Amino acid sequence: MTTPDNLSRRLFLQRAAVGTLLATGGSTLLSACASGGSDDSGSGGGGAEQTAENPFGVKSADPLDVVIFKGGYGDDYAKAHEEMYKKKYPETTIKHAGITDITPQLQPRFNGGNPPDVIDNSGASALPASTLATSGQLADLTQLFDAASIDEAGKKVRDSIEPITLEAAQLSGKPLLLNYVLTVYAIWYNKPLFAKNGWEPAKTWQEFLDLCEEIKKTGIAPMAHQGKHPYYIGQVMMDMAVKHGGHDVIKAIDELEPNAWKHESVKAAAEAILEIKGKGYFMQGTEGLDHIQSQTAWNQGKAAFIPSGSWLENEQKPVAPKDFETTAAYTPLLDGSKLPVDCTEIAAGEPFIVPEKAKNKAGGLEYMRIMLSKEAAGKFTELTGSPTVVKGAGEGLKLSPGAASSGALLKSGGDNNWTTYFAAWYSTMDKPIRSVWGELAAARITADEFCARAQKIADDTAKDPKTVKQTRT
Amino acid sequence: MRHGSYRFVASFLAIPLALYAIFVISPFVQAFYYSLTDWTGISPDFKFVGFDNFQTLAHDTVFRQALGHNLILLIGLPLFTIFFALVFAYLLNVGGRANTAGVQGVKGNGFYKLAFFLPQVLAVPVIAVIWSTVMTSTDTGLANSVTKKLGLGTSEFLADPDIALYCVMWVLIWGSVGFYLVLFNAAMSGIPKDIFEAAIIDGAGRLSTFFRITLPLLWDTIQTSWVYLAIIALDAYALVAVMTAGPGGPDNSTQVMGLQIADNGFQYGRAGYASAMGVVLFFLTLIIAAVMLRATRRDRIEY
Repeated sequence: MTTPDNLSRRLFLQRAAVGTLLATGGSTLLSACASGGSDDSGSGGGGAEQTAENPFGVKSADPLDVVIFKGGYGDDYAKAHEEMYKKKYPETTIKHAGITDITPQLQPRFNGGNPPDVIDNSGASALPASTLATSGQLADLTQLFDAASIDEAGKKVRDSIEPITLEAAQLSGKPLLLNYVLTVYAIWYNKPLFAKNGWEPAKTWQEFLDLCEEIKKTGIAPMAHQGKHPYYIGQVMMDMAVKHGGHDVIKAIDELEPNAWKHESVKAAAEAILEIKGKGYFMQGTEGLDHIQSQTAWNQGKAAFIPSGSWLENEQKPVAPKDFETTAAYTPLLDGSKLPVDCTEIAAGEPFIVPEKAKNKAGGLEYMRIMLSKEAAGKFTELTGSPTVVKGAGEGLKLSPGAASSGALLKSGGDNNWTTYFAAWYSTMDKPIRSVWGELAAARITADEFCARAQKIADDTAKDPKTVKQTRT
Repeated sequence: MRHGSYRFVASFLAIPLALYAIFVISPFVQAFYYSLTDWTGISPDFKFVGFDNFQTLAHDTVFRQALGHNLILLIGLPLFTIFFALVFAYLLNVGGRANTAGVQGVKGNGFYKLAFFLPQVLAVPVIAVIWSTVMTSTDTGLANSVTKKLGLGTSEFLADPDIALYCVMWVLIWGSVGFYLVLFNAAMSGIPKDIFEAAIIDGAGRLSTFFRITLPLLWDTIQTSWVYLAIIALDAYALVAVMTAGPGGPDNSTQVMGLQIADNGFQYGRAGYASAMGVVLFFLTLIIAAVMLRATRRDRIEY
């Protein structure tokens, strides 16, 4: 095998490999790397005459590319909104995608400078909004909020929506997110079960403990929580802390102030959670259950209360018994609380964004303006059972027990209702804090240890030069 | 080989090599490059930051915890998997009675092979969901009902930070044993039966046949298995992501390097930093594989 024509197998393979690498690698390694080129092709669309009817100057023929997170709310509402857009701009073609893996699908498009025109950036694999904001990839929504509302001549969009939307829109000092859905957090119970036993949601901490004792005697666990996702029980703790110490408690936490987590109200609320666990009021083993397992146990009457947001009723529809009435209750007041009992945490969620480099940015903004009309918002509530941030859009709709009771809590809370941003602003802080809540709810740490560990995470975030700090308006 | 056929063979190799270059080599090279940048993962703009990411990584306590957990898996997984796989394979092959027809495996060994191999056919998430249901933390969970009946008490399994990692390890072992059993079984059937028979005639017991004949003749296969299992142990991402609280919890007790890479790359917007972790993992895997192959080298026995 040594004739000149013969090539040893190894050498041959080597040469073939090098050849292929050169042939393909030349282009692959250099031009098609994952971060893409900084291609500035997005013209932003628009260009038509700007009128009251068409404040962003959308060209009717420009196509619109819409990506919707198809989670708990589905994407039927978005199809309805797209119909409304198409009615106004009949020459357009709309590309609709209802997906759950937002980041894997959209990351390459952002990197390639070719993002969609509107995105519902939600769900477990949502794009990190703060990173997008820092690198200037999101369109400023000021012009949207200052544009005329579709419903009333002379009224601006910003006056037709709940004020929390404007606050929640802020990122890096600019309004960049349109949070469309209004979420009410609460602890939830089954009304018929409580009526049958003569129970009433408790107003004070002592009343709450007495109620739990009474519930426990009947063989039902007083409370379950979604142990695999400890932020649910963390929300209960924070609600009690804010009611005890007032809105300043959560503002200090959101702004990463030193010792914000060591505030006496935070510690008192942490001790309350430890007392629930210590007295055996949590459902046995709830620490290891995910949201579906724990909520299903609650639907089966194994636990009396469960914390969640107002999506709970819709989420549990498939498994809830027919006579089950999902009802919102407030968390009890710790001794010496500053706020009244009938308020709670609210959040404007389901953030919609328009990328700065979108091909039809004007169309994306116009789509948002259509979403914020009463007709579109009413359609959303009708299809999903959840309220939107559009004022008065739910009027006249027939509401389910869950939506009606959370609506009542929203109303009774009024200006006392509070909201928080640290988890959304600082993605590096969100998961570690959840983990500490989990340790607290399992009573593996003391209240002091909880405060110290949470504070350490906040301090690390505050010190991190890569994290852009946000402030509350 | 004539020149024409050289071109003919090359044309066959070009496509697979091109695919390999695009989907394996190129991402590796890119990861090395990005590990030196502050790339967020979702922006075309980024800066070159030198070895900053590696410096931060050296002080990252969570990553160190994750590394520790991977090392526990690295020791436990190959050890138990290979032990169980060897024992079962030996029983299936020569565990039965020796009679005039020679040495045989236990009765119904085809069925056992199938049963053991089954987990290999299931997708990892399916295995994760099955086992997290079995290991439910409530007293009424499947595993707890059984242990309670047996008087062993109950456990919170994945919700208990002291044992959560070992629960994950158990599922890894359970999922791997079948494949290595079949592998060892095939290697054992390759050993001529007359060697065993000669040993038995010489009066060797089952145990000494195993240690003096089977094990030395299987050494190459075991060595390869060890390296494969070590690579699985350095990953473990999928099981941890599906099974554990958080995931990676409770209290980071099941954090693994793969999960840290995913968290940093896709949730914290730190793709550059995650790439640095990937580079560290790459070298760790390389070193461990090399050390294992070197340390366990034996002379090959021909038969």
